[in-house]
Formats: sequence, C-alpha cells, structure tokens
Amino acid sequence: MNDSGSKVLLEVRDLQKYFPIKSGFLIQKTVAQLKAVDGVSFTIDKGHTFGIVGESGCGKTTIGRTIIRLLNPTGGNIFLEGEDIAILKERSLKQYRQKMQIVFQDPTSSLNPRMTVGQTLSEPLLFHGMVRSKKEVEERMSQLLSSVGLKPYHVDRYPHQFSGGQRQRIAIARAICVDPSLIVLDEPTSALDVSVQAQIIKLLKELQGKLNAGYIFISHNLSVVRYISDRVGIMYLGKMVEKGDTNEIFENPMHPYSKALLAATPIPDPKTRRKRKELLSGQVPSPINRPTGCFFRTRCKYAMPACEKEYPQMVRIAQNHSVSCHLYSLGEPEKIVEK
Amino acid sequence: MNEPILKVEELRTYFDLAEGTVKGVDDVSFSLSENEVIGIVGETGSGKSVTAKSLVGLIDKPGRLAGGRVFFKTPEFPERQKGGYLDLAQLQGDEYTKIRGKHISIIFQDPMTSLDPLYTVADQMTETIMFHQKVNEKEALDIAVKMLDKVGFSNPRERVHQYPFELSGGQRQRVVIAIAISCNPEILIADEPTTALDVTVQAQILELMKDLQAEFKSGLIFITHDLAVIAEMSDRVMVMYGGKTMEYTDVFTIFEKPMHPYTHALLSCIPRMDQKDQVLEPIPGQPPMMLNAPDLCPFLPRCPRKLERCLKELPSLIHAEGHYIRCFNPITNGVSHG
Repeated sequence: MNDSGSKVLLEVRDLQKYFPIKSGFLIQKTVAQLKAVDGVSFTIDKGHTFGIVGESGCGKTTIGRTIIRLLNPTGGNIFLEGEDIAILKERSLKQYRQKMQIVFQDPTSSLNPRMTVGQTLSEPLLFHGMVRSKKEVEERMSQLLSSVGLKPYHVDRYPHQFSGGQRQRIAIARAICVDPSLIVLDEPTSALDVSVQAQIIKLLKELQGKLNAGYIFISHNLSVVRYISDRVGIMYLGKMVEKGDTNEIFENPMHPYSKALLAATPIPDPKTRRKRKELLSGQVPSPINRPTGCFFRTRCKYAMPACEKEYPQMVRIAQNHSVSCHLYSLGEPEKIVEK
Repeated sequence: MNEPILKVEELRTYFDLAEGTVKGVDDVSFSLSENEVIGIVGETGSGKSVTAKSLVGLIDKPGRLAGGRVFFKTPEFPERQKGGYLDLAQLQGDEYTKIRGKHISIIFQDPMTSLDPLYTVADQMTETIMFHQKVNEKEALDIAVKMLDKVGFSNPRERVHQYPFELSGGQRQRVVIAIAISCNPEILIADEPTTALDVTVQAQILELMKDLQAEFKSGLIFITHDLAVIAEMSDRVMVMYGGKTMEYTDVFTIFEKPMHPYTHALLSCIPRMDQKDQVLEPIPGQPPMMLNAPDLCPFLPRCPRKLERCLKELPSLIHAEGHYIRCFNPITNGVSHG
C-alpha cells in the first residue's frame, strides 16, 4: 500500500479530554469534571477517511481539536506516524504542526477578514520555512488556488469578496498548503447550501487522492459521513459506542444508539417514509452528570440490570466492526475484548 | 380534492435597497387544502422564508408586497370577501392581527429567539390565547396546560411556569408549537422548525407535527432546505430558486420524475445515507445574486439544458395535470432517482 513501512497514519489510544468546572470567587475549586472525550481509541490509515458522527455535545469537535493539539489531552496517546504527540512539549511539537491541519465549520469566522487570500496562504508557508523566495511563494500560491478551484487573480482579494463556498475553498487551501498528512475536517460543509456542499465534498475527495492525506471528518450529517468516510465512529456522551467500516456500520448497525440514530435520519425518498418504531424518547443526559454504568441506558429500550453497573467494553464482533454494548459483550467469551 | 383554504397567486415581495431592488419573492403561486402538507424547499436566499412571512404580513421595511393575491377562506372581514375568500394582500397594518396567530400560525427555526427569555411559558402562552379568544386568565392557563400536554410535556401543570432557559432545545420548540396551535389555526406555517435540532430530537418533533396535523386537520406549510425532511413530511412540494417557483407537484413526482433541470440537479447532489458507493454530481457555480437580478430564469447560469430562448425571456409557470413547471426545456423522458 504505502512504501514507507506502516500504512497506519494515526493511532489514537484511550484519549481523554476533561474540562474542569470551577466554582468560587478568589479561591477557585474544581467542583466537577466535564468528560468531553472519555477513552476513545481508533486508527486511520494513510490516505483514508475516518468519520466521527454524533449529536451536539457528544465530544466530536473536542476529539478533533485534541488530536491536533489545539487542546491538551488529559490522558491517552496520539501516535502520528509512530510518534506519540500527546506528550510532546510545544517546542518539539512545531515540526508536527505542519503535518496536521484543520478546516473549521464556518469559513467566515475562521479566515482573518483583514488578510488577503495571498497573506492567509503565505503565512503558514513562511512559518514552516517551506518557501525560499518571493517567486516561489507566488508559484505555490497560484498552484494552490487552482487546486481548490479558484483563480490566480483571487490572490489579492479579501474574504468578504467571496461567497461561502469559495471561502471554504480558501480555508481548505490554507490547510493543504503545507502538505499535511492529517487534516481534521470539523463540519466543513454544514454552513453551506446543498448544491455547494456537493462541490466541496467532491473537492475534498479529489485532494485526498492527490495528497494521500488522512482525514478525520467530523459531522452530525450521517449522509455526508457515509459518502466520504472509509471508516466511521459513532459517539455518545464522550464515548465511542460503535466503530467500523462505513458500509458495515450503515447496513448493519449493532449498538442501540446507532440504530436509533440511523432510524431517526430522514431519507430523501417519499416511498421509504418509515413508521418510526425506533424513535428515541427523552434527550441526551448532561455530560457533567452522566448516568452510572452505560450512559445510554436511560434511553435504551434493551437496558438490563448489567447496564447500570459498569460501562460496557468495546468488543470486536466482526472484522473491522466493534461495539460497546452489554448486549454483545455478556456471556459470549469468544468475542475479543479490545484493549 | 376539496376546495383549497389558501390560494397564493403570483406573489411578489421586493426589498428596496440603496443599491437597487432585491426581488426576494418574484412570482410564487400555490394552493393549500385542509389537512394537506405543502413542502417548500430551496437553498439560502431562494425566498422560502420571505414567502412565509409575506403570507402573514410580517414583511418590514425596506420590504414591500409588490404584487399578487393571497386568498384565504376565513370568517373574518366578511364585508371584504370575494367568493368566500379574503385577499390577505389587501390587509393593512394591524388588520393582520385578526388572522395571524388565530387562523394562520407560524413557527420559526430558532426557538431561543422566538420565545422571550424574560417571561415564563405560561405568560407567553396565555398572552396569545387571551388576545384571540374570549377567556379569562385562569381559563387561558388551562388551555395552555392542555396544549403542553398535547405536545408531549410529561407534567405540564408545573412545566408551564418555567422559563425558556430551563428547557432543552427540543422542549422549547414544543412550546413554540403549543403556542402556534393554541388557537386551533386553519393553517400552520413551519419555517425550518427542526434545523436547529439534533436528528433524534428532529425525529420527535417531525412525528409530533404529523400527529397534531392529523388531529387538527389543519393545512401545513413546511419550509426547509432539507430534501429528506421534505420527503418525510409533504404531500406536495414546491421547489424555489432565486425567489421563483421552479417546480410544484406531488411529492412522489418531484423525487422520481422531476422535470425541472434544477430539481434534477438538486437531487443528484445530495449524499444519501441509504446508498452505497454513490456518485455525487455537484451543481457548478454559485447561487444567484439577487440584487438587480435580470428578468431571466435564475438557474440559467448553472443550467446544463439552457437554450437560446432562455437568454432572452423568462419562462412563465405552466402546468399540465397539476404539475407546475417554469422551464423552456424540461426533462420529459423520465429520469429516475429511485
């Protein structure tokens, strides 16, 4: 597959990110921990896409930001091309910053309104010392702009002179300009209209073919995730409840939450109007005060006594398909418990 | 089909700005019957929300109703009616308050902004009820509690005294729906009611709206950019683009045999959760600039089927067997999206 040894680009092992909740004036005491990401593990191969889906507050955005060290992890390991970057100090991290980039949801707020496209794109190139002369900057710039579908004369324009879709193209150009091996895409099409969304998704796929970069695609939109991802992880309250190959997850979901999430997603075909038997009741519990045992048990129709006691371990139920649910982990010792 | 309760004909809403005129809604026509759901679908700026607001007189300056008729079957203003219908476009200022909230209710996208954070649910619900119905405060509160029960609150007697910030997003939208149906309106307009919600909560709210609609037999105008939600909810669908009705027919025809190139392109560019190894065909170019737009088909710059004639004149909305379409070169050989 890949010439340089291992094909694994990123391995995330038991990643944790807790936010302390403080109380008190003058003397602040930590009164609780918000466990935004609580023991998440997955791997991404070079040139592949891992999709992370879940509802608001499930921790999907925090995962993306922690992996590229915009946030410091509370615990766990992040192996990028074999090196654990979770423990690196800021100074030694600089060489890895170039390898991991991010595209945010809203290009209007992620682009500096007072910098032209040229300034926005040349800053990372200069910072990482990837260009030597002014001429080289210009060459690289026009090449970048054409690769994201913009014109060379756009270089002197400001973000407000572009439409939403074009701005997202600029944000993508900024991410790819330093040849990253990992790009975190945090809801990159959620602020766009469907006709423009399709353009951006197609562009991202094309670029992946050229750059051989790994993507972490974070979205609440299951249809988009299915389209772009090779593998998918479904999150609920800081935990990954199920992960596996995209088609496997979408055609054969095992976790009751995954099933409910898929059943709740409408499909653009009036013939398939479903009788919503799997409709979830209630709402997501507070992440500060999660239920004991399995976090989903308060809304789960299969909940049993064991679910109150401990959080189910992630077990592999098929090649490239793991699920964290007592329905599949109890009384079946032949299943392999993932570490 | 029985006689429509609402007939919108050639509705036009323009915004006069210093830079020129934005034709937010420009020639939109449709009708709505009792117990029917019309879905209006379109991208940002296509005029779907402006259409909704125009129907209930919520267009503020610099916007104005520039033309068209909105015939509504109602007992109000009997002296001004023609053939049993009142033309809402002729109403002035405060006269709308006799219609809005009582006969036609509207639900907006973001419940946090449509509810007042300083008042309890009870205050906000009884205000509407007492304005439109001859009841005292206690009776109004009873109606409010009954409505909260209908929209799925477990202990409405207590919840009615809560403030909006004490409720989750889904519950807030339930309160907004409760207010909207509290006067038993003939028409409910829902403008992206589930866009701000998570998908499991969206499913609950959609289900609730379907149940309520079946119970009250009201007409529902459901506005969204999400084709999947449209497929789930609507009986008939109107596709809007650049302020204009592009195509308008029953939901099955829209999804299986769309005739307008825009509808077809739109359906080919949405990723589908139920399909494996799908190929997306993005629509090239950008949605149209609405400022001083030429009187041509708004989809023209992006259209793969444009003709010489399209560069010269605007096609009008024509129909055959209930299938309305605005195009000189429609797709007629049945392209299937099944």
